[in-house]
Amino acid sequence: MADPMRIRAAVAGDEVTVRVLMSHPMEPGTRKDASGNTIPAHFIQDVEATHNGKSVLKAMFSGSVSQNPFLSFKFKGGAKGDKVAVKWVDNKGDTRTDEATIA
Amino acid sequence: MNSSRRTALKTTGAFATLISLGLVTQSQAQAAVDRASFQVKTVEDALKAIGGQAASSDQVTVVSPDIAENGAVVPVGATSKLPNTTEIYLIVEKNPTPLSAAFFIPAGTAADVQTRLKMGQSTNVVAVVKADGKLFSATKETKVTLGGCGG
Amino acid sequence: MKRHVLALAALTALGQGAAWAQDAAAEGIAKYREMLQDGNPAELFEMKGEELWKQKRGPKNVSLEQCDLGKGPGVLKGAFVELPRFFKDTGRVQDMESRLVTCMETLQGFNAAEIMKTPFGKGEMANLTALATYVATQSKGMRFALPYNTTEEKTMYEVGKRLFYMRGGTHDFSCASCHGQEGKRIRLQDLPDLTKNPGDGIGFAAWPAYRVSNSQMWGMQLRLNDCYRQQRFPEPKFGSDVTIALAVYMGVNAKGAESIVPSIKR
Repeated sequence: MADPMRIRAAVAGDEVTVRVLMSHPMEPGTRKDASGNTIPAHFIQDVEATHNGKSVLKAMFSGSVSQNPFLSFKFKGGAKGDKVAVKWVDNKGDTRTDEATIA
Repeated sequence: MNSSRRTALKTTGAFATLISLGLVTQSQAQAAVDRASFQVKTVEDALKAIGGQAASSDQVTVVSPDIAENGAVVPVGATSKLPNTTEIYLIVEKNPTPLSAAFFIPAGTAADVQTRLKMGQSTNVVAVVKADGKLFSATKETKVTLGGCGG
Repeated sequence: MKRHVLALAALTALGQGAAWAQDAAAEGIAKYREMLQDGNPAELFEMKGEELWKQKRGPKNVSLEQCDLGKGPGVLKGAFVELPRFFKDTGRVQDMESRLVTCMETLQGFNAAEIMKTPFGKGEMANLTALATYVATQSKGMRFALPYNTTEEKTMYEVGKRLFYMRGGTHDFSCASCHGQEGKRIRLQDLPDLTKNPGDGIGFAAWPAYRVSNSQMWGMQLRLNDCYRQQRFPEPKFGSDVTIALAVYMGVNAKGAESIVPSIKR
């Protein structure tokens, strides 16, 4: 199972700002190792964030997204104590879901 | 690629997987880019995949540094003040595969997203947004240096 | 004569233009670094380190929660900013990373020699880096205050100072070649003057750091190892007296500097 994400969600007024750090090598599949062999592609392709079960963002990433991806977005309607969950799926079908409480 | 093959691709393969995983709704499937779009090699093809030419708009802003110390991690994001912005695309012009990330914005979520992209060299970052079904864009040049000896 | 004056004026303008361009670049880089602060992947290593600290591991199946990093068993807050320091139980001055290895051996039963031989980024050495990130983060915002009391600590400081100025290797470099005076720069990185306190969050107060160029977490041991490699010296052994002496020298000089660890670097 992949390493956990770090999710921070904070509410200010009526807007929640979510900052996510995902742990992932994000290999684009175009790099070569020291022996000249191509390092196989291994990167997050789909990301979804939900608030109390309702989808608040979907994203598609490519291998051009940096290693250990960072994502920041904002949505309205969240309150302190609510849960925000983020799920990612990579090109190998590996997946990770983590949750944070809005502070 | 002709449109019928394109439609076929959209309903089979990668897209079907997305739909079955519940990550993309059927209606979104028609509206959004597909997995193959991220493999195209030019900005023109990326724009075609997104849906065509985009009108330049000062309501769209590319959020990226003027100069990045290292191309491996460049903060890139976009904001749109256009009402009903539903999609944001980040394109790195001179990258081998320019279309780098796509964001699907439901009602209630701000058209304001930030991530970090790899940039192979100094180039333009293009943000394309879909608002009320129409495409708008903004461009900003980000220089990439290879700071690398110290630090 | 007029042509010379014009040429000189043109050259001066060019020079000033170049200086202006360089300032703009410096400002741009500062903005880039600022943008990176929001969401430092080092936090992923810190999370891993916290997990490893609390998890029962090793042949003895014990956690590290009783590890004494200088302020008593299990006391984390403030420990990082007082290291390196002398430890009675080992009779050595130790830095954070070598002290963590001591705890991994005595508390958990790991083989210290094997951990220290493991390359950076692999196996238990990777775990050690995560642990170091966690431990250092517990002192974030605190100011360096190495004890510098015992004979051993004072000796190591003097040894560190000698090593700092010792020139050698194919390029006749010493640490001082890059870090021995103010206002030096290598490509885009400002080189802190490590013979004194270079300021909050600079130099000794900035490692462990996440390096975006290779997505790696670097502790001071790796930073020193790579310094020697860059100087074309043989690389020091992990936790060797060389590395600890230099850390004592830098750490004592940095007294009062605020730690911003974990930081993020190019």
